[in-house]
Amino acid sequence: MSAIYILWLREIKRYLRSRPQIAASLGQPLLYLLALGFGLGPVFQKAGNGSYLQFVAPGVIGMTVLFSSVFSGIALLWDRQFGFLKETLVAPVPRIRIMIGRTLGGATVALIQGTLVVLVCLIAGFRPLHLARIPLAYFFMALIAIVFAGLGAAIGSVLQDMQGFQLIMNFLVMPIFFLSGALFPLQNLPAALSAITRLDPLSYGIDGVRGALTGVSVFGFATDAAVLAAVACILLALGARLFSKIQI
Amino acid sequence: MIRVHELVKKFGEFTAVDRVSFEVHAGEVFAFLGPNGAGKTTTIKMLTTLLQPTSGSISIGGLDPAKDPNAVRRLFGIVFQDPSLDNELTAYENMEIHAVLYHVPHKVRAERIQNLLRTFELWDRRKSLVKMFSGGMRRRLEIARALLHTPKILFLDEPTLGLDPQSRNQLWTQVKNLNETEGVTVFLTTHYMDEADRMASRIAIIDHGRIVAQGSPQELKDQTGSDSLEHSFLALTGSSIRDEAATSADQLRQFARMWRRQR
Repeated sequence: MSAIYILWLREIKRYLRSRPQIAASLGQPLLYLLALGFGLGPVFQKAGNGSYLQFVAPGVIGMTVLFSSVFSGIALLWDRQFGFLKETLVAPVPRIRIMIGRTLGGATVALIQGTLVVLVCLIAGFRPLHLARIPLAYFFMALIAIVFAGLGAAIGSVLQDMQGFQLIMNFLVMPIFFLSGALFPLQNLPAALSAITRLDPLSYGIDGVRGALTGVSVFGFATDAAVLAAVACILLALGARLFSKIQI
Repeated sequence: MIRVHELVKKFGEFTAVDRVSFEVHAGEVFAFLGPNGAGKTTTIKMLTTLLQPTSGSISIGGLDPAKDPNAVRRLFGIVFQDPSLDNELTAYENMEIHAVLYHVPHKVRAERIQNLLRTFELWDRRKSLVKMFSGGMRRRLEIARALLHTPKILFLDEPTLGLDPQSRNQLWTQVKNLNETEGVTVFLTTHYMDEADRMASRIAIIDHGRIVAQGSPQELKDQTGSDSLEHSFLALTGSSIRDEAATSADQLRQFARMWRRQR
């Protein structure tokens, strides 16, 4: 337990100390929210879909949690580079606990980051349907965080250098984001795209967050939660397996 | 304390460590010397549970690192060749994480951290982030950290790399002191022969993955008929310059060189 806690605490401390990075990481969501939210707003409205800002805000929140949690897993690369990874790998603690501590830390950081974006959304004019549904939104944000922190841990355990990181960003993380329904409604899509969006775990996460905050859900909360929980188990198991095999 | 028998580690076709056997007794300072790429760090990684041997056996304090890694990990402290601190945390926080990971009882934790940071003259800087530290301070912190869980064996993999003579001298004085007062077994590697001569009770020299000589510093000098350890080292390992096998192509090249030499 205590090993998990101290490694969790390490992630939080490092996050809170990197203030410029916190500010920088808010730039992208802000851009999506303002440029797309207000830029595409009139078209979206004309098509009879209501306010685009209301629609896209949950997507941007989900995006923030996605990026933040994947990055925390890939931060393993930095620990590999700067050597701290070795310190944890020779410690007399089962590797699984080290991986759990890191992953929970990364997921917590992703939730804090998500909260900052929720606040930004509120300032930009986003209005949730019921305040009482906010805990439900957080439930789905937490699931997104755990799913993708698990994915990040799996990737971080295998990656050896920063070149691989670019590859992962462009061919895995960005597609997960763009194909998730964060930016466009999942109804009435071409059949092929529709099928792909249903394979993307983030679709269910954003659907859950959007359902909780705006009342519009495509799959229903039960399906969203079940899919995310299942994927979380698979990815965490995979991450733990790959992490325990690291040799340096 | 450490018993290694016919240890082999292969990376693909390349044999990094080739049937190495040696023994380190409790309470002794053992120096493991060799040119770059000779197999020192690979051997240390196998001894410290970071790599699985291809074949052969290791016993650390009577335990097998491959079968019982966590029990073995409690027995030793290690200072790696490359830094392994968290630069974004303070000196104290680095010590604290180590204490928790190594199950140092909560009651003695603060006191032990304070004693070690004072011994290594870092107490005044305990609240500074490690990234603000000089190379020498980081090294001292790593050694202090490695001692936090009172290990029976201390592995030092080129601990003085890049340090000025003052820091080197201070570091070895402290290590010697630990060895003499606490009876900590020390397993060290270094490229500075004067350090090995000063510190070690016994030395093994490894080259191309094989042990080429073993004995006390004096025995090695006698064996090669030279007056300094540096000369006997060069006599035993040759004076051609070695490159670390950085890529698999390098490893193949090195392998080819070895093969040519054996013919």
